[in-house]
Amino acid sequence: MRSFSILVFAAALGAVAVAQSAHYKVGRPPTPDEVKAWDIAIGPEGKELPSGRGAVDRGKVVYADQCSRCHGATGVEGPEAPLVGGQGTLKSKRPIKTVGSYWPYATTLFDYINRAMPFDRPTIMSADDVYAVTAYLLNVNGIIKPDEVMDAHTLPAVRMPNRDGFVPDPRPDVGTRKTKGR
Amino acid sequence: MNGPRRAFLRLLALGSGVAAACRAKAPAPLPSLLGAPISPYGDRSPFVKATRQISDRTRTPEQASSLTPLADTYGIITPSSLHFERHHSGVPKIDPDEHRLMIHGMVDRPLVFTVAELQRLPSISRIHFVECSGNGGNGWAPTPRPTVQGTHGLTSCSEWTGVKLSLLLGEVGVQSGASWILAEGADPGKMTRSVPMAKAMDDAMVVYAQNGEPLRPEQGFPLRLFLPGWERNSNVKWLRRLKVVDQPYMTREETSKYTDLMPDGTARQFTLVMDAKSVVTHPSGGQKLVGPGFHEISGIAWTGRGRITRVEITTDGGATWKDAALQEPVLPRAHTRFRFAWDWDGGEAVVASRVTDETGYMQPTRAELVAVRGVNSNYHNNMIQAWKVRGDGAVEYAVI
Repeated sequence: MRSFSILVFAAALGAVAVAQSAHYKVGRPPTPDEVKAWDIAIGPEGKELPSGRGAVDRGKVVYADQCSRCHGATGVEGPEAPLVGGQGTLKSKRPIKTVGSYWPYATTLFDYINRAMPFDRPTIMSADDVYAVTAYLLNVNGIIKPDEVMDAHTLPAVRMPNRDGFVPDPRPDVGTRKTKGR
Repeated sequence: MNGPRRAFLRLLALGSGVAAACRAKAPAPLPSLLGAPISPYGDRSPFVKATRQISDRTRTPEQASSLTPLADTYGIITPSSLHFERHHSGVPKIDPDEHRLMIHGMVDRPLVFTVAELQRLPSISRIHFVECSGNGGNGWAPTPRPTVQGTHGLTSCSEWTGVKLSLLLGEVGVQSGASWILAEGADPGKMTRSVPMAKAMDDAMVVYAQNGEPLRPEQGFPLRLFLPGWERNSNVKWLRRLKVVDQPYMTREETSKYTDLMPDGTARQFTLVMDAKSVVTHPSGGQKLVGPGFHEISGIAWTGRGRITRVEITTDGGATWKDAALQEPVLPRAHTRFRFAWDWDGGEAVVASRVTDETGYMQPTRAELVAVRGVNSNYHNNMIQAWKVRGDGAVEYAVI
């Protein structure tokens, strides 16, 4: 009986050890609920997008309620950085970097609005409303049609105009006058 | 006249000048009044006034930056209270007993750590600069800024203490195929950046202390990611989550922001290392030299690619350059203080520094940068910064 108890105790110890860090035995495993609550990041393939859906019409209402006071009535007036327009300006003397002209992934738009907007009260919007306002911004930038609905399947399929506009770091591109440069 | 003799005569002249100034006043009385008592947390002298510079045009002070008064700091360590700030949704007030760091994703043992648990692990302390990649961005226009605080105040240097990230990753067991780590903060905007696994396994740290005390709230209390030599924004503050993944997550801060627009309309992405940079902090814009004679030209130099190896000084607008003395210690990915003895003849002078780092890279001029990158890239401007000393001793912004 006593040896059985020791065995159970040892097994319990083992379980605790497995559940902690490899060498220093600190930390604890997150609960599934904790991971679900914290893991809000959406990658470029949109695998992590939540359920829900949103249409352009609803997005227009959400935009007016939550976004227009900083980004302007139609997304170009500011005072914060413009969200709409600017396509074709990136090579010009005065490039206008907006969601439509610059952002390479539509999934980033959902991720950022969902985590950080509106600026003074982030996380108050439902997934449906985040989809809707994302749809609205894509539509006013001429990227999706007025009747398109954004959800976990349609949003990652949206191809942004500047999708291929980014290049890896080529430096050092200047300042290499010495022979040892790399 | 040889150097030492000339220097000696200059000192003699300086000494007699000081003596003359002292004779003009009655002698100060001997100290006799009791001073202030001991205090639980020290403050600086009320006669010292240098502060971080905050733009008075800021609409949203929570989403803004403040600048270190480089001309009023000495040596290489920035006082924590004067470390520059850049926040995207304000400085959160976090109880360290409640704060957690979750490491999960492509790992064998996803774990949640308390701050106290991280502080039990083997620690490491390193002196490193932190620089916003927008530092010096006014140089693209170029837009004159009156002081070095305005041109270069988005860099600071501290001793940072924490745990090597590679140690933590060993504790959770990184799975094969993992290549990036998504780092997320506990600020309201939950600022997020993707970090390549190679950097995470090299010299990255999870930091909990700065200059001998816990991190300042503005610098990420109670935990921040620290990536030596890499642009500040990737050093995620108020760190609460590291997700091990197999690709960059293309977050807003690494697509819409912190990317460098080139003249051909493409934008460079993940330009994370800060190239070599130096700046003269004395004499610098807004200062006034009291008169001809000896003045020490001093400033700071740094590179995200290791150690700096050489700083050269010009006082004639770049026509000739002479080596500055490097103040030890010269540490990798840290500010290095340089000094140069200058005998100002009272004529107009254009002063600047240029640094070379251990990779052989030499700090470029603005023209060299603009020739390749145009003027719309916003970030990563490391051009040579000049200051013009006018005949009356006033110092102002200049470009060479």
